[in-house]
Amino acid sequence: MTVTATRPRRGRPSGRRAAGTILAGYLPLVIATLIVALPLLWMILSSLKSPGEVITKNLVLFPAHPSISAYLTASHEVNFPRLFLNSVIVTGVGSAIKIFLALMTAYALVFVQFPLKKIIFPVILVALMVPPQVSLVPNYTLIAGLGGVNTYWGIILPGLGTAFGTFLFRQQFLALPQEILEAAEMDGAGHFSRLFRVVVPITVPTIATVALVTIVNEWNDYLWPLVVTNSSSMMTLPVGLTLLKNSEGDVSEYPVLMAGAVVVIIPILILFAFLQRYIVAGLTQGAVR
Amino acid sequence: MISEKNRNDAISIRSKGYPIVRRSRVALGSADAIAAEPGIDVAPAPARATPRRLPLWLSPRRRRDFLIFLLFAGPNIALIIVFCWRPVIQNVQYSLLNWTLGNQNAFFIGLDNYVEFFTGEGGRVLWTTLLFTVFTVGGSLILGLLIALVLNRKLIGTTLARSAVFAPFVLSGVGVGLVWVFIFDPVVGVLSIILRDLHLPVPAWFLQPGPALAMVCIVFVWKNLGYCGVIYLAGLQSVPRDVMEAAAIDGAGPVRRFFSITLPLLSPTTFFLVITTILNSLQSFDLIKIMTPLNSGTTTLMYDVYLQAFGGYNRGGYSAALATILFVILLIVTFVQLRFVERRVHYS
Repeated sequence: MTVTATRPRRGRPSGRRAAGTILAGYLPLVIATLIVALPLLWMILSSLKSPGEVITKNLVLFPAHPSISAYLTASHEVNFPRLFLNSVIVTGVGSAIKIFLALMTAYALVFVQFPLKKIIFPVILVALMVPPQVSLVPNYTLIAGLGGVNTYWGIILPGLGTAFGTFLFRQQFLALPQEILEAAEMDGAGHFSRLFRVVVPITVPTIATVALVTIVNEWNDYLWPLVVTNSSSMMTLPVGLTLLKNSEGDVSEYPVLMAGAVVVIIPILILFAFLQRYIVAGLTQGAVR
Repeated sequence: MISEKNRNDAISIRSKGYPIVRRSRVALGSADAIAAEPGIDVAPAPARATPRRLPLWLSPRRRRDFLIFLLFAGPNIALIIVFCWRPVIQNVQYSLLNWTLGNQNAFFIGLDNYVEFFTGEGGRVLWTTLLFTVFTVGGSLILGLLIALVLNRKLIGTTLARSAVFAPFVLSGVGVGLVWVFIFDPVVGVLSIILRDLHLPVPAWFLQPGPALAMVCIVFVWKNLGYCGVIYLAGLQSVPRDVMEAAAIDGAGPVRRFFSITLPLLSPTTFFLVITTILNSLQSFDLIKIMTPLNSGTTTLMYDVYLQAFGGYNRGGYSAALATILFVILLIVTFVQLRFVERRVHYS
């Protein structure tokens, strides 16, 4: 999605115009940005403060001696490296399988003959409208019955069926020129190599979009990992942070909590900073054509 | 769309010992062209059909495609059925049971779970859900539109600002919740300090139902307004410029132009955002869970589904009943979307 400002500016006396631009244009722009940026900046600043700078009724804006002691304390209370690793594993494996499944499904839906396609596509599509929140108890019963509590596969498996990626890839594949695939078929390429040697290389931007949105969702996913883990060694970061919050009733621990928030927020923020074009496009898909 | 239709129309044939020929897309609609080619036979001539011709779906090619399709799409479809569809149906079944989660025994109690909800806490929970939805949807849309108006100018830095306001939408609800818990803290929180300095009362954000709900709504709106802003921005940029200029020449001021032209033209965008934000806030969980663990007046339907099953009560049947009610509400909203999205008004 490319959004460019195209509003024409009406002619005004130039002196007033400059002042008007600053007042009516830049001031709101700065305010809007600050509303979003300040809480995040506050998070980072506070995570570097000492407890004494937080337990005060007077505002301490900047830490006098920025230190990472809050991060170290947080790592003592919950096993941060382990939580981080768990999140990376769940996000990495989950996203990779999801994208693979979505590619395969979309390819089959578009390029392979099958009599019941017209029924199967809605079955997949409607899954977009069944949020995981609704399937909490039945999925927990099933996964717990299979012994999936406190396991990686127990966290990953229920979210694997993917409608979002399938849908986007299908749209993309339908727009591909058929001749390319027919040529590959003539050359004797099977479905696998047609998908991975022909279709995938020319679909990279869409794959990037789906991959990034999936990674963001998996990383932030909270409800299901919360329900299916109770051992702190198997929790993902967001779930582990709940533990941190539960163990702290004390206001002096806010720097520790902010350190936790930084660890869960910053990786996605960095990803977003560099690849926001794809992420915004993926998340606003359907609204903007 | 067309290409898929053609592919479905494509048929494989076998007759008179000729090799199997698939009518390709290129040749569709010009059967003569195919017939003219040597060595290729066209199927639909009934007189030529031989008695030993297999039914279409049994031809080897069809069978191979059938298997390929199952191999490629099967796993995903199976996962969706098992973890998406089955739960919806099983919820209905569970909802008729008096069943403690983790217990082997369950008793059929008919609709008692639903009766209990609607005669007991139901009113309060649904009211909370309604308030939460109305405030979050209203807040996100109004502020989102304001943001879009701010961003819809040819100024240096709009691209950066657009990214910045969108960012909270992709951040972890747990992380964001923690940050705002600190900001709202009644004693050491920056908001409380500012309010005290201004000699304003500091609400008991975490203890009283009203302020607690307001707090969660504020944070939800903060997290979502960038999404609404970006989509409104795209809507704003599709407003035809000549209409705006014509109105300006006719003497309509900026305010008049906004309410008489821009806002009506944005109605499809607004409708889309209302639906998406309703669905979003009905499913909202992270912020509520992390910000108000004491559960003071912020128990929405979604949160209650979690609370009843996993918040210490282990009430599997009752939670399933609540999930079923939530699903029906989501279904109705989605249905409204599908029903009206086709009929949405185009002005240009």
